[in-house]
Amino acid sequence: MTIAPPPSGPVPYERELALELLVDMLRIRRMEEKSAELYGEGKIRGFLHLYIGEEAVAVGALHALKPEDNIVATYREHGHALVRGMPMERIMAEMYGKRDGCSRGRGGSMHLFDAKTRLFGGNAIVGGGLPLAVGLALADKMQGTRRVTACFFGDGAMAEGVFHESANLAVLWKLPVLFCCENNLYAMGTAVARYESETDLSVKAAAYGMEAGQVDGQDVVAVHEATKRARQRVVESGMPVFIEYKTYRFRAHSMFDPDLYRDKREIEEWKTRGPLHTFTARLKSEGKLTEEEFLALDAKIGQEVEQAVAFAEASAWEPVEDLARDVHTPRAST
Amino acid sequence: MRHLSYREAMREALREALAANPRVFLMGEDIGKYGGTYAVTKGLLEEFGPERIRDTPLSELGFVGAGIGAALGGMRPIVEVMTVNFSLLSLDQIVNSAAAFRHMSGGQFSVPLVVRIATGAGRQVAAQHSHSLENWYAHVPGLTVLAPATVEDARGMLAGALADPDPVIIFEHVQLYNAEGDLPEPWTTDIHSAAVRRAGRDVSLITYGGSLPKALAAAERLSGEGIEAEVVDLRVLRPLDAPTILASVRKCRRAVVIDEGWRTGSLAAEIVAQIAEQALYDLDAPPVRVCSEEVPIPYAKHMEDAALPQTEKIVAAAKGLIGSEVPA
Repeated sequence: MTIAPPPSGPVPYERELALELLVDMLRIRRMEEKSAELYGEGKIRGFLHLYIGEEAVAVGALHALKPEDNIVATYREHGHALVRGMPMERIMAEMYGKRDGCSRGRGGSMHLFDAKTRLFGGNAIVGGGLPLAVGLALADKMQGTRRVTACFFGDGAMAEGVFHESANLAVLWKLPVLFCCENNLYAMGTAVARYESETDLSVKAAAYGMEAGQVDGQDVVAVHEATKRARQRVVESGMPVFIEYKTYRFRAHSMFDPDLYRDKREIEEWKTRGPLHTFTARLKSEGKLTEEEFLALDAKIGQEVEQAVAFAEASAWEPVEDLARDVHTPRAST
Repeated sequence: MRHLSYREAMREALREALAANPRVFLMGEDIGKYGGTYAVTKGLLEEFGPERIRDTPLSELGFVGAGIGAALGGMRPIVEVMTVNFSLLSLDQIVNSAAAFRHMSGGQFSVPLVVRIATGAGRQVAAQHSHSLENWYAHVPGLTVLAPATVEDARGMLAGALADPDPVIIFEHVQLYNAEGDLPEPWTTDIHSAAVRRAGRDVSLITYGGSLPKALAAAERLSGEGIEAEVVDLRVLRPLDAPTILASVRKCRRAVVIDEGWRTGSLAAEIVAQIAEQALYDLDAPPVRVCSEEVPIPYAKHMEDAALPQTEKIVAAAKGLIGSEVPA
């Protein structure tokens, strides 16, 4: 497979926004590098799906959405939670399984939820968030609430029946859903061409009668612009829109994955299109960033990561007596 | 006191809920224009319009998931899944989303969803349309599972379900829709307790849903033979009302559990286990089960009848517990 050249060209943003995008990508990267290290130390257990390599998608897309929008994400959602505004320490504590985690340690890495920022998980069933997004949008439409529901899902979800059921419902009922397909080219270890009859995923989405497009998911500017336009289209038309973000994960699917199904050269080639270093280079070439500034930002993020780890370490374990908590909503009286 | 059918009682309950709360809406296959597969929702489309009586595509996973999303988004959806047979296609969303969301979000998101599902056999519709899989749902923490078996419960339990902040599954046995009965006023909206439908002293017949009329008929027959059976209607399949079950069993000292599900891994098995764990020394005989035979439900009438719990089987099981000796 030949891949496109690395993202390049002018960054059409003021320095402030450009640096915000850079900083958020770097925050995800550093947080996850630390998570992988902590996994090795046994501090984090279970499944841990790293987003490294795909950061431009969450950062570009979430910066294009509004605070009132609904977000539905997958089990590879650390980045989405962080950019959406969840404090890094709450994410880290959740991965530790501690009481101060965003989900009180009941969910772990795959189930980051945040009612405050309207993040409806963290769903670890492939495609599981899709009909939920349809329902959230339906609720908004029925209540006259102007809001977009952005649903992130992977390329693998496109092969699930529930994608097709959800796409059909969203168009049929004219619902404001932004379908955000993060196509990292592999459904766990199976390449798109080995499981899809039509490898152009936007063609499948368009078949349901919604606007559908593709964008370079390694280019945070392209992602940001495309998502802004798509959100605007959803608001104007009241109809769902589909975006396919072409991206690539640099790490294995999960910490259990020996990554034997990808050619190492392919991974190296994609790394030349890394979202962070290409964006950094563009900013430097435009004089919007110096190496010293970059190092200072990185050092500050390093401190944030260290504080998040310290917070998670210091947080208490939930007492076992509380095991049955939150199976049901507490009643005023029974 | 009014006399009406189970179907009419359920329709009244739906109409009341729709009229009382603008956030309540219905969705499901053929509930609107067609009027409902079992005619429960007949007339509601005309009364409440297509926004609130929402016909869906044949997408059980999609529209049940959308119901969960709508509940998360502030609505109070009542989703009808045509039958339990098709509900298997939506099981992922019910188990992995509805039941788990509150817990795995650390208490941030409750899912106030009501799902109505028709269940049961007895209409010669063969293996793919005759399941009783209530126990699959009753297995799952986070769900409340109801089985209204009387006109009163068809009228009242929906309100209880809608008042619950968490997901509630209501199973309506297809053989009950035409059943008629008196509706007391006020009717109960309780969704926590089992009910003793007939008092007795010699044997407890413990059952739910479509098997309740069979158990009541068996009790009548047994009474004619001098055996006074107590009939316990579970009403709530999860969580089970163990105190009511155990009180009846302790009083009668013998128990027959009747369940249209297959015997292996059945709800009846769970109830017998609870009786054994908590009331073994109060029993005069081992508890027994009358369940469906371990075959896919056959089409031919005589074979279907043979596969399902029947009044004769319940009578025989009760008499078997008591032996030839009729209690004084």
